[in-house]
Amino acid sequence: MISTNFHLVIGILLFSIGVLGFIIRRNLLICFMSIELMLNSVNLIFVTYSNMVKSTIGLMYVFFIMAVAAAEVSIGLAIIILLFRQKGTVDMDSLNTLKG
Amino acid sequence: MFRYIVFIPLFPAIGAFLNGVFGHRFTKNAVHTIAITAIGLSFLFSLYAFFQLIGLPSHERVIEEVVYSWIGTGNFSVNVAFLLDPLSSIMLLVVTGVGFLIHIYSVGYMHHDKAYWRFFTYLNLFVFAMLLLVMGNNFLMMFVGWEGVGLCSYLLIGFWYEDNNNANAGKKAFVVNRVGDFGFILGIFLIFTTFGTITYREVFDKATMMLPYGGTLATAITLLLFVGATGKSAQIPLYVWLPDAMAGPTPVSALIHAATMVTAGVYMIARCNVLYSLAPFSLGVVATVGAVTALFAATMGLLQRDIKKVLAYSTISQLGYMFLGVGVAAYSAGVFHLMTHAFFKALLFLGAGSVIHAMGGEQDIMKMGGLRRHIPRTFLTFFIGTLAIAGTPGLAGFFSKDEILWQAFSSPHGHPVLWLIGAVAAGMTSFYMFRLTFLTFFGTERMDEHTKHHIHESPNSMVIPLMILAILSIVGGYVGVPEALGGSNHFHHFFEPVIRHIGEVKEGHFSHALEYGLMATSVGIAVIGFLISYTFYIKNPQLPEKLKNSMAGLYKLIFNKYYVDEIYEFVFVKGCKGLGTLLWQKFDVLVVDGIVNGAGTVVEFFGKTIRRLQTGYVQNYAVGILLGIVIILGIFIF
Repeated sequence: MISTNFHLVIGILLFSIGVLGFIIRRNLLICFMSIELMLNSVNLIFVTYSNMVKSTIGLMYVFFIMAVAAAEVSIGLAIIILLFRQKGTVDMDSLNTLKG
Repeated sequence: MFRYIVFIPLFPAIGAFLNGVFGHRFTKNAVHTIAITAIGLSFLFSLYAFFQLIGLPSHERVIEEVVYSWIGTGNFSVNVAFLLDPLSSIMLLVVTGVGFLIHIYSVGYMHHDKAYWRFFTYLNLFVFAMLLLVMGNNFLMMFVGWEGVGLCSYLLIGFWYEDNNNANAGKKAFVVNRVGDFGFILGIFLIFTTFGTITYREVFDKATMMLPYGGTLATAITLLLFVGATGKSAQIPLYVWLPDAMAGPTPVSALIHAATMVTAGVYMIARCNVLYSLAPFSLGVVATVGAVTALFAATMGLLQRDIKKVLAYSTISQLGYMFLGVGVAAYSAGVFHLMTHAFFKALLFLGAGSVIHAMGGEQDIMKMGGLRRHIPRTFLTFFIGTLAIAGTPGLAGFFSKDEILWQAFSSPHGHPVLWLIGAVAAGMTSFYMFRLTFLTFFGTERMDEHTKHHIHESPNSMVIPLMILAILSIVGGYVGVPEALGGSNHFHHFFEPVIRHIGEVKEGHFSHALEYGLMATSVGIAVIGFLISYTFYIKNPQLPEKLKNSMAGLYKLIFNKYYVDEIYEFVFVKGCKGLGTLLWQKFDVLVVDGIVNGAGTVVEFFGKTIRRLQTGYVQNYAVGILLGIVIILGIFIF
């Protein structure tokens, strides 16, 4: 039986990788994947705790998150494709038109 | 049963409304028919009111007519209400009577004017305002009329506004009047705070009980009111607008700046006689200002070359007489002179208008002369007016002027010096009026051939009012023949109920002999004035020129009216302008604009600084979010 702590540490590591990836990488697709990574790390933590306290509420949240993430991914990818068609690039450094 | 009083001011208001709104579509005939009918009906109603009043016993001669409640808030309530008593009925007759004649005269005089309807609208509006002034039963109504006549005066002086000088004269009259009105309204405020009411009857009743004789409050109120009177009635120091007001059409000068509006101050003091009698100091001020004005303005009239300007200074001088009269607590004498002056001054102004009409617009008396052969009817009436104003025994001016001089000498508030000033001014009046007559109607004809060829007598619509006024100037004085001359002074007795005697006034006992003596002296002085004038301008026309050269400095000083206008221009106009410029450049530009622009600058500075945070890079924002979470977590944990 793998301990609860192991799962939690995996979750934290995944989240940190997602955060760092989002901040450091300049490719929009990679950043998008990092966001998904963060979502899934949260899912992992939900499942872990749900198992720990013997409650199904955490599992329920996981399903919600997966449903929302699926919808979000389809919209996000659509936006990225449109951006690519317009600008010809997905480099985030060139996407600063909201500069004040 | 007395509802008809309301119609006296209402008729001119209706006339002004009809002509003002629809006048531009009416024919000239319709316009003047409306205007003259309106004031004619007013005059008839005033006459009826007068006889109604005469029919009552003398102590019941007060009729008050409340039309409606105008303002009613808390302890301040004002009615639109009219008061008919001997004083207001005399004023009514003068205003509507003389006004009626002047309306008729205007038909001929203004015949060629393209803004005919506008002129008659203003005239009717003016009469309406003047009637409100004299008929109101409280100070607010008087103030409304007071401002109304000021407005109409402005409109009428600047009637020919295409010429900038005329427009400026109108503005000057308005602004100078506003200075006086400021004092007047302060006086009304003080009356309200003191008595809690502004209705004449209540104020005067309370005044006799509340205010001590000679107290500060009574003095303050009366002096403030008098400031208003100096503006409206052209007394020192606010007389400067009246000579300039001659820029208006001549009937306007006759109606407003001789017969009616300028007498508002005299009316006001006669109306407030209770308050003035309580304040002997104010009476002294009024009498002194009046006497000084009478003399000062008379000297300025000596050398004027414009026929209307002479009459303008003469008007100021005569108004000074009226103030001298009311200032020695001889209210009936002041109002008596007001009435006779309205007759002969309106006559003189209208006569001058007729002369100007005949001369094709020329106003310089040095370019006239010998006109009596060309316009005999104007000459005759003008000459009667001159005799009346100069105080020729038997004519209107003699009785009223002499009454004032006698009162100035004999009244408990009077002083021989006041009499002396008045008598000297009477001599000057006689001199400049005969000078005017001689230069205009006698001597050599100094106009050019072209003008001479066109001289013609004025139409009947102008001459008939002159004749009526001439008759009034002759007989108008007989209502107030003093007892010393075997009369019974009806005017004084009629006027008596208006005046309330305050305290113990010890009547000076003077013999009739003294009265005769003073009378003879003033007539003598007037005759001297006439003789000098006769020598200068008929017998020996070169003499004035010689005298002028020998006293060039004095001549220049008087000819330029003591440079009063220039001094006022320098002190007040330039002063105000300087102050305004200073405030504009220092306070407005630096302080006010500084604050407004400063607010903008500060916001702009912060905006410029903070906008750097908005890089547009999503990752920078993400770092911000991350940092925020870390900080919040840190706070939770530690």
